[in-house]
Amino acid sequence: MNTLAVPPALEAEIDELISHYPQKRSASLMLLHALQEHFGWVSKEAVEWTARKLDLQPINIQELVTFYPMFRQTAAGRFQFKVCRTLSCALGGGHALHRQLCEKFGLDASKHGIQTTPDGRFSVEFVECLASCGTAPVMMVNEEFHQGVSPAKADEIVGGCR
Amino acid sequence: MANPPSFPPVPAAPSAETLSIKVDGRSIAVPKMMPDWQGRLQPTTMLQACQAAGVEVPHYCYHSKLPVAGNCRMCLVEFGTPMMGPDRKPVVEADGTPKIARSVLPYEPGTPRGAIACATPISPGMEIYPSSPATKQMREAVLESLLINHPLDCPICDQAGECKLQEYSVEHGQSSSQFVEPKVHKPKAVDLGPRIMLDDERCILCTRCIRFTKDLVGDDKLGIVNRGSYNTIAAFPGTRFDNNYTLNTVDLCPVGALTSKDFRFQMRVWFLKETSSVCTSCATGCNITLWSREGRIHRYTPRDNDAVNASWMCDQGRLNYRWIGREDRLREVVSQRPGGRTWNGALKAVATSLAAAKPGSVALVASARQTTEELFLLSQLAARLNAVTDSVPRQGEADGLLVNADRNPNMTGARITGIAGETPGARLKEIASGIANGTIRTLIVFGEDVTRVGIGAELLGKLETLVVSDILPNATTKMAHVLLPGCAHAEKRGTFINAKGRVQRFLKAVEPPGNARPEAEFLEELLALHAGAEAGHIRAFSMESLFNRMARELPGLSGIEWAKLGDGGAPAAV
Repeated sequence: MNTLAVPPALEAEIDELISHYPQKRSASLMLLHALQEHFGWVSKEAVEWTARKLDLQPINIQELVTFYPMFRQTAAGRFQFKVCRTLSCALGGGHALHRQLCEKFGLDASKHGIQTTPDGRFSVEFVECLASCGTAPVMMVNEEFHQGVSPAKADEIVGGCR
Repeated sequence: MANPPSFPPVPAAPSAETLSIKVDGRSIAVPKMMPDWQGRLQPTTMLQACQAAGVEVPHYCYHSKLPVAGNCRMCLVEFGTPMMGPDRKPVVEADGTPKIARSVLPYEPGTPRGAIACATPISPGMEIYPSSPATKQMREAVLESLLINHPLDCPICDQAGECKLQEYSVEHGQSSSQFVEPKVHKPKAVDLGPRIMLDDERCILCTRCIRFTKDLVGDDKLGIVNRGSYNTIAAFPGTRFDNNYTLNTVDLCPVGALTSKDFRFQMRVWFLKETSSVCTSCATGCNITLWSREGRIHRYTPRDNDAVNASWMCDQGRLNYRWIGREDRLREVVSQRPGGRTWNGALKAVATSLAAAKPGSVALVASARQTTEELFLLSQLAARLNAVTDSVPRQGEADGLLVNADRNPNMTGARITGIAGETPGARLKEIASGIANGTIRTLIVFGEDVTRVGIGAELLGKLETLVVSDILPNATTKMAHVLLPGCAHAEKRGTFINAKGRVQRFLKAVEPPGNARPEAEFLEELLALHAGAEAGHIRAFSMESLFNRMARELPGLSGIEWAKLGDGGAPAAV
């Protein structure tokens, strides 16, 4: 079994997270978030590591990872485009924005789920409400939030990704 | 929840205190508390109350021996409770009977609101309507929903004929579906473990398998991955669903999702004959059903018995049946004595040589895999000949669940008949040295290969007479002067006494091969011949009278009768 190389600082942070809960198991999601933030995605090894850490079986963690779409089971691109498609953005051009980005990166807009360019630079996916319905369409690029993304603004944002 | 302290847990007796309720308008008093899946008393549920009233409530996820999950919704029933006035006193009708408030949706008082019978406790005066139009409608809706993505591949499905989806569709479903969209496709023929194959499209996500392996076996291997209509039962990637109890999930699976690799695509279940029997793989004596057709055993499944195995059995015991149909089974009488290779001739020859044997010059080794009746007859023979007797122990490891360390099904029987002593196998050395120094000239062996327990071929070669009865050939049967082919448990009737001293009856499922005969039958003849009876004047064999005679003569079995044993067995004072 491959083991996950968790740096001591991260493990200390995780131990602290676990201490917030009366039952270790309750910290499952927080651990997965912490690991995904560090590694960029949740690998099979990360699932096994989490299960061991919390005295659980890997399947208990796998259930969570496959249930929540926010946990990535494959590595995403260097720049992750998250396009909102909840009602206001859907009406305000979210799908057009998604298609524009996909075409620009040579991805298939009709495919379900997250898609990543072969060179690993860009990922595009739909997400649910990013809580800025008045400025649709909105999207996030990594941790950066963009509102009222017109086609021209989208090109500009993509151009700025280096 | 780890393993309960004793496995399987013994259900507590329902409480004496009762509640009066109505099921389909019929008044009935049901115990206030009934045993839950671990046998502990809990408030009686509507489902248990309906069962007590003799009304079946269809269900998938509920199983009396598993924790309640309440996810399939199949047991939804309409119900009502006595109406309370503002003064917290029951409101009564004009005729004095309590007025019942039917449960309805809070925002839609005209629509009945069902409750899942498996997880809803009863209350005094409650009325349950398992046959009402509203209940019927709920069942139709649940079934329609469960069948939305079901592949409906019944013609090639192993579960066909014993599928709850089929049965409830006939009884409670509707003939058409409103669903017109394409069905969701899920993994097929998933190799879940060495003995289990999974078809995720047939699965209705009742989680019985997950709860069984987690809460009863303590091997938390299965879970539900993905979301919504893509939900699938799975093991963690790279792991195998492999413990000694996995095949119970095939029995538990109400549909054709989990199938046994051993049984799948082998036989349509409706062709199989069911015979009540007992597992022979260890001293627990799990109650089983033998499924056979045209003289061939196709599978074992566990049979409910709370005093022994609840509803379960181990995989090892379940798959230990192929030897019964082996090609090299002993079929014919072999005799090197005058009288020929017929039962009459051989038995007569044995009786003659035993009659001529000096008292104390005979030894007898009988397997603890023989039935109690056979061991009893052998012990009578041994007593007449003043023979030293023993049996052969088979020790393994107990697993804390069903597997007993004693891998013989009937060592208790061997002990109480006196065939084996306090320490089974302790006298084998004595027998070996007796043969070596020439004091033992005759050896009778039933169901064991003594060459593997210190009585080698060289010693056997020194004997004047070697009488052997067995089922399969081995080094001992090859050296026999008289070889009497016997029967597997599936081919005869008899009893085993398990480690806890429970006398358990098994019945005949298939015919023995060739000229093989039940041992008890020919042993009774042999005893009669030895006592000087003329062949042809021996009374016909009767298992009932043999068992009853044995029960009268063996101290621990007094009061037990064959007819009263039933399918569940009886505890003996041994």
